[in-house]
Amino acid sequence: MELQETEIHFQKKVDEEIKIEPKDWMPDAYRKTLIRQISQHAHSEIVGMLPEANWITRAPTLRRKATLIAKVQDEAGHGLYLYAATETLNITRDELIAQLHSGKAKYSSIFNYPTLSWADMGAIGWLVDGAAIINQVALCRTSYGPYARAMVRICKEESFHQRQGFEILLVLSKGSKEQKAMAQDALNRWWWPSLMMFGPKDDESPHSVQNIKWKIKRFTNDELRQKFVDMCAEQVKVLGLTIPDKDLKWNETTGHYDFGEIDWEEFKNVLAGNGPCNKERLSARVSANENGAWVREAAAAYAEKKMKKEITVQVSDTTVMSKEQMLAK
Amino acid sequence: MRDNIYNYVLQLADNSLIMGHRLSEWTGHGPVLEQDIAITNIALDLVGQSRYFYQHAALLKDDGSTEDSLAYLRDANEFKNILLVELPNGDWAKTILKIFFFSSYQYFFYKELIHSLDKQLSAIAEKSLKEVTYHLRWSSEWVIRLGDGTDESHLRMMNALDELWNFTGEMFIAADYELQAANDKIGVDISLLKDDWNKKVEAVFAEATLVVPETKWMQSGGKAGIHTEHLGYILTEMQFLQRAYPDCEW
Amino acid sequence: MEQKDWPLWEVFIRSKQGLDHKHAGSLHAADAAMAIENARDVYTRRMEGVSIWVVESKNIHASNPDDAASFYEPANDKAYRHPTFYHLPDEVKHI
Repeated sequence: MELQETEIHFQKKVDEEIKIEPKDWMPDAYRKTLIRQISQHAHSEIVGMLPEANWITRAPTLRRKATLIAKVQDEAGHGLYLYAATETLNITRDELIAQLHSGKAKYSSIFNYPTLSWADMGAIGWLVDGAAIINQVALCRTSYGPYARAMVRICKEESFHQRQGFEILLVLSKGSKEQKAMAQDALNRWWWPSLMMFGPKDDESPHSVQNIKWKIKRFTNDELRQKFVDMCAEQVKVLGLTIPDKDLKWNETTGHYDFGEIDWEEFKNVLAGNGPCNKERLSARVSANENGAWVREAAAAYAEKKMKKEITVQVSDTTVMSKEQMLAK
Repeated sequence: MRDNIYNYVLQLADNSLIMGHRLSEWTGHGPVLEQDIAITNIALDLVGQSRYFYQHAALLKDDGSTEDSLAYLRDANEFKNILLVELPNGDWAKTILKIFFFSSYQYFFYKELIHSLDKQLSAIAEKSLKEVTYHLRWSSEWVIRLGDGTDESHLRMMNALDELWNFTGEMFIAADYELQAANDKIGVDISLLKDDWNKKVEAVFAEATLVVPETKWMQSGGKAGIHTEHLGYILTEMQFLQRAYPDCEW
Repeated sequence: MEQKDWPLWEVFIRSKQGLDHKHAGSLHAADAAMAIENARDVYTRRMEGVSIWVVESKNIHASNPDDAASFYEPANDKAYRHPTFYHLPDEVKHI
């Protein structure tokens, strides 16, 4: 049957690391999964701007102020690249935004946690961006071309985010007693949610197997999570802070760090909308969108007026019709 | 003379910082993602400009002051920014108009400041001119889009104009230290910028189907440290950490 | 009503040292001036000396890459080959 052939051809490309591009045939489930995954990633970048934008007006030095503005702006840019990649799959930005605002689409649950102190800027940069980088580097080799290319662009820009976060914590950890306490407190609050960023355990991720086959995912949740723990367990030593996990221990046999059990109840609840900031985050985005409606309408109206003016000028200048007029016929 | 230049440079730094700070409040709340990025860019440019000015002022002060001690440890009555930049952002129309008024002023200002005998000011002006040329272009286009967009956007622009016009005059009223600086060929004679600025505003407003209001009374006082009630709140938020945890590195 | 009226634009950037424009991504803008400025803000990080092209996505026509074999390569028994005949510009592959 023809469909089977195209499906075999498709899988062969994926197996041979040939990128799938927008005009290629793809299984419907592949397309749907990609839309969900890429747009979720995009939504996360946009919502993720909020907990950090929170501290721009309170950044304690001009250099920190400037770099925080730049970081948050980067996140907006990343959201944009990802929305653009999703739109190649034949869905509009409007539809994607509607999905986010209605609660139909999810975003990374980490952003439903509040940023309570300046040290949170450090913790987010180190842990949240750190986790994101591990995920993103893996995705640079994902099978869908536009997604992979967006990831390459994002990864280039992301490394400064993690360095910035780590540096903020480092300065605090070497500072006054209050600053050190501030840093430890931030670590205490952001550690476990960061581990949850990698998603459910492998044996509770039903789609993982298919997504790995399609190379939408390159590594499993647990593999990436382990990589993250190993990395942070070493880096925290430089900070002189303590990761809030009494079960965190180097395992000589496995060559990795053992770590404690994640509170999956908390994860499920935050995902279901019961996190501390779910409502605020979403309502901020809905407000921005609603308050911006008149702006978008005005710009569209002006563009149309301008186009009409140009046609009129052309008609009166020459007898040659403008392209718009020809198309309108 | 040194004191005078110090005050002069501080005025420039404060203008850019407070304006940049206000614009950064839009981050994450813009009407469209692309515009969020654009306005944040402008905020970043302005904060960057302020840093150059503060660093220069700190050197002039020569008493251990730093860019941060100047920005974070002076009270409102020591800030010399014009009132326009400390006003709340309001809606997109008000913000756009604020940026348009201020960036067109900065455009003509930096074009002159390039000729300053103070090499550092001249260098800052040259770099900043490129940035504000873009800010002016961007905001002019938005003034036109909103002025000549829909009935609602036109109305909002008129409201914005109503609220902001009285604060534009201060840009051309020289404080003593500005007169002195211009005299010494360090600073700019801002009264000479008024004509160009008015012409620019008229041209853009004409395309935007907006009318330049009749000038009645112009608000001022910022350059002498007499501000609106808004600056106090801005500084409270901005300076909190440095005040709550003095003498710390961040 | 909203962003449906702000069309999608594809962005092409030629870097200062570059030889040609590369596809950088897409964005929504109400008009060409806005599209170019957005492209500058988002895709060039304000680098100087960079050339930006924006084209409304609807004006771009693309081939189907799966036709590559028959569309671009002549019969395998051709005796000679023109290098340019086979070089697919990156832009075509990415659209």
